[in-house]
Amino acid sequence: MSNYDCREISAFSGVMVFCEQRDGVINQTSFELLSEGRKLADDLGTELWGLLLGGDVQSLARELGGYGADKVFVVEDPLLEPYTTDAYTKVICEVAYKKKPEILLIGATNLGRDLGPRIAARLHTGLTADATHLDIDTQKYLDFLAEASNLDLSKTEWDMEDRGLKMTRPAFGGHLMATIICPRFRPQMSTVRPGVLQCAAFDEAKAAAVQIESLDVPLTEDDIRAKVLEVVKETKEIVDLIGAEIIVSVGGGISRDVEGGIQLAEELAAALGGGVVGASRAVVDAGWLPSDRQVGQTGKTVRPRIYVALGISGAIQHKAGMQDSEYIIAVNLNPDAPIFETADYAIPGDLYKVVPMMIEALKEV
Amino acid sequence: MILNEKYEMMRKLYREFAETEFTDELLDRLEETGEFDWDIFHKMAEYGFTGVKIPKEYGGQGGDSIAYVLMVEEFARVSPVLSLYANTSNSLGAGPLLYCGTEEQKQKYLTPVARGEKIMVFCLTEPGAGSDAGGTLTTAVEDGDYYVLNGRKTFVSGAPIADYAIVYAKTDPTQKGSRGISMFIVDLKLPGISIGKPEHKMGIVGYPTSDVVFDNVRVHKDDLLGPLHKGFSTAMKTLDGGRLGVAAQALGIAEGCLEEAIQYAKDRKQFGRPIASFQAISFMIADMATEIEAARELVYSTAEKKDAEDPEGSKLCAMAKLFASEMANRVAYKAVQVFGGYGYIKEYKVERFYRDVRITSIYEGTSQVQQMVISGNLLR
Amino acid sequence: MKYIVCVKQVPDTSGKVAVKEDGTMDRSKMETIINPDDLNAVEAALALKDKEPGAKVVVVSMGPPPAAKMLHELLAMGADEAVLVSGREFGGSDTFATSQILAGAIAHMGLEKDDIVFCGRQAIDGDTAQVGPQIAEKLGLPQVSYAADIVPGDGKLTVKRVLEDGYMTIEAPTPCLITCIKELNQPRYMTVKGILEFEEKPYAVYDFDTLKDEPLIELDTIGLKGSPTNVYKSFSPPLKDAGITVQPTEEGIREMVGVLAAKHII
Repeated sequence: MSNYDCREISAFSGVMVFCEQRDGVINQTSFELLSEGRKLADDLGTELWGLLLGGDVQSLARELGGYGADKVFVVEDPLLEPYTTDAYTKVICEVAYKKKPEILLIGATNLGRDLGPRIAARLHTGLTADATHLDIDTQKYLDFLAEASNLDLSKTEWDMEDRGLKMTRPAFGGHLMATIICPRFRPQMSTVRPGVLQCAAFDEAKAAAVQIESLDVPLTEDDIRAKVLEVVKETKEIVDLIGAEIIVSVGGGISRDVEGGIQLAEELAAALGGGVVGASRAVVDAGWLPSDRQVGQTGKTVRPRIYVALGISGAIQHKAGMQDSEYIIAVNLNPDAPIFETADYAIPGDLYKVVPMMIEALKEV
Repeated sequence: MILNEKYEMMRKLYREFAETEFTDELLDRLEETGEFDWDIFHKMAEYGFTGVKIPKEYGGQGGDSIAYVLMVEEFARVSPVLSLYANTSNSLGAGPLLYCGTEEQKQKYLTPVARGEKIMVFCLTEPGAGSDAGGTLTTAVEDGDYYVLNGRKTFVSGAPIADYAIVYAKTDPTQKGSRGISMFIVDLKLPGISIGKPEHKMGIVGYPTSDVVFDNVRVHKDDLLGPLHKGFSTAMKTLDGGRLGVAAQALGIAEGCLEEAIQYAKDRKQFGRPIASFQAISFMIADMATEIEAARELVYSTAEKKDAEDPEGSKLCAMAKLFASEMANRVAYKAVQVFGGYGYIKEYKVERFYRDVRITSIYEGTSQVQQMVISGNLLR
Repeated sequence: MKYIVCVKQVPDTSGKVAVKEDGTMDRSKMETIINPDDLNAVEAALALKDKEPGAKVVVVSMGPPPAAKMLHELLAMGADEAVLVSGREFGGSDTFATSQILAGAIAHMGLEKDDIVFCGRQAIDGDTAQVGPQIAEKLGLPQVSYAADIVPGDGKLTVKRVLEDGYMTIEAPTPCLITCIKELNQPRYMTVKGILEFEEKPYAVYDFDTLKDEPLIELDTIGLKGSPTNVYKSFSPPLKDAGITVQPTEEGIREMVGVLAAKHII
């Protein structure tokens, strides 16, 4: 660490991805990050590194190669199971001191959001939270802006040679987007929202070719101050409307076939990548779904990434609970239903016909 | 009137409490069962609302009349009936104790009432003595260390749930009219007291009102409140505070009506556009808001003057109640009108507001009694 | 014994969000509220204090002078002391810079063996969830984030830390830092008495001069200029009200799904 200087930009190179595993299973977000990291590394003309921590994880390294990692650094220690903030922060920082990556990406999972800020503070660098889009190349960034913003790009003078990482993230519940840079310190760090970046196909040849380097970071019991007493998995189905990324809600329009309507909503939620089923007040009042599912003024206020309203007319009280959702898709038989005023995609049609079509179309993606 | 930061904080507190705790489910339950909801009452007590205007040394919060008015207004804006829950102890219930209770009486009765541990109600009206409270027929006859009470009180708000009552009774039958009346603090568990069946009311459902009958009830002399034979002037003073409370309640109901009407007018479409874009609707809303604003100024400034012991206080309290309650009736009428047929349906809040508001120009002195008080002040 | 709670005043994004022409948010036009998770943090501290009456609850916020209003409300809720960290030099700080300044402020008041620092998990304006862990790092404290239950013990806390698919039970020695989520508790209201008495409680303003010599604060990495991260560009997503009508046919639906996939929405 003696020759580590976070301000010495030129001393840093390589894109590093922290690959989170729990119980020997690497999470999907890690693969998404590697896939994206691959593009960034190519734009920079540098290597992509995976970083894997755990008790016995060497055998998982190969998989990371399959998603684009040139090299995987592995740190194994019984004290790295289960995850603790103290142990993981220490190890990752030690690796960063040695390897000096210019970019360090972490999945914005529950653990990643615990770990990322702690590491950034220790490494003395900036951290962008929950990015949904990353660019190195300015032209690619401009292409992205052309689609994702209503900015007049000709009004700004752009530095086309810039090689800094541009990290774009939503703020204010998605009302605004901001692109963040970290020009004076290295590594450039970001946590990245799960499920947003596209995952590349697994490449067997790359998996076979991956280099694995074991690193030794001394760790003692005393390093871990906040100790994990137990980890409990909850098998019971918890419907977390507020934290949900995807919500499919049903309204009075399912009265024709209540069970069928709810089942379609569940299937659609699953097809969208795993969501939960919400309800309008009418549905809860009728006793078709329990009250913890109710979205609206008197129910829960939600702001998922995708909100699908099936057979919901869109009373003000309902809209108040969901209008801040990032994308709203509404299906209603009545083409004048107020829900369509807030919808990004308005589908005037019969939900019993439209939803199966949506599920079918989603399978093709 | 520009309210200072503390009053704005209080408004925020009351509003958050009402909007969070007065759930639709609770309001519907009150309406369906007509029963007093102890859970919400205890929660109000826990936050000290039952003692907002009662001094800290007697378990209250130490607020002034504006603190009290803001509470009733904000609670009534969401639920007119629930605004009564925390109101009684601050106005009619504890008022007489505050004005002329001995230190012992205050410690014994006021403190638990302020904390919401006990409920105290006000027994003035009788079947034959409504606006004319001077026609009281209930009697209290001295008998050793006791007074023996006989008579019937009617329309006693909260009687079925109360622990104590302030009871007005004639102690000197030789004196005419409002003279010769005394006040007693009566434990409603005393032998000889019976509580009538709750009345079926047009509105304010969920706060039971009934008769209280006294049949040879022996009340200890320690529980005589204020000077013997001179209870009526205290009753009038207490009514001043009570009238201010009713004015605040009416103001809150009117605000609730206006908000509902505005929201509906923007949302409801007829002839291809929101009905708010029709002058017939928008001008009604303009009139509603203007009247509310005028009433609010009157209510707040009356509260301030009353605390400053302005000699006009009594007249102003009557004016505030007269204007605010009549205003709120007009506003509720218009709100239902904006809603059209929907306003006549029980699912919509304005239907309930419309029934609830009606009492404000009746109880604690009808509008006509307020006119008597006001004109009496002007023409004496 | 102190329970220090870091709180932030944020624009109320549950209502309408006012956006300026340049795409940045117009904070002046928006209502401000106490960040919701921070209220859970305050409640956590007050609830611990209910069990430990010798403790005092100190609320600290970094922000412009109007944030005083929020601190007044927290005093009226039951906090014992309030500190407003406010100075032009602090304005525009990112999470790294903010956590340095707040850590400096906490160090300035002095951190003792039994003390606990509470933060909300994240603020609704930035949604970063970074300031809590970063304060912990600067102060050298162990941290537990996403706390859904806190049980005090002798010189330690046992905390239920929520995971996506369950929870962990973590034991942390004091002093430590806890970030709180809404499942932890139901924040209490102010009281009228609290409102009438809040002015009698200690209230301090830490400005640049108060904190500039704190060793935890590096003067060249605070404020808009010093913050490690900068906003390169901010913009609003294309207007929402231009909703698209999709025909309820197989082609129509397939086309919509295709667009959503291309935009990485699904």
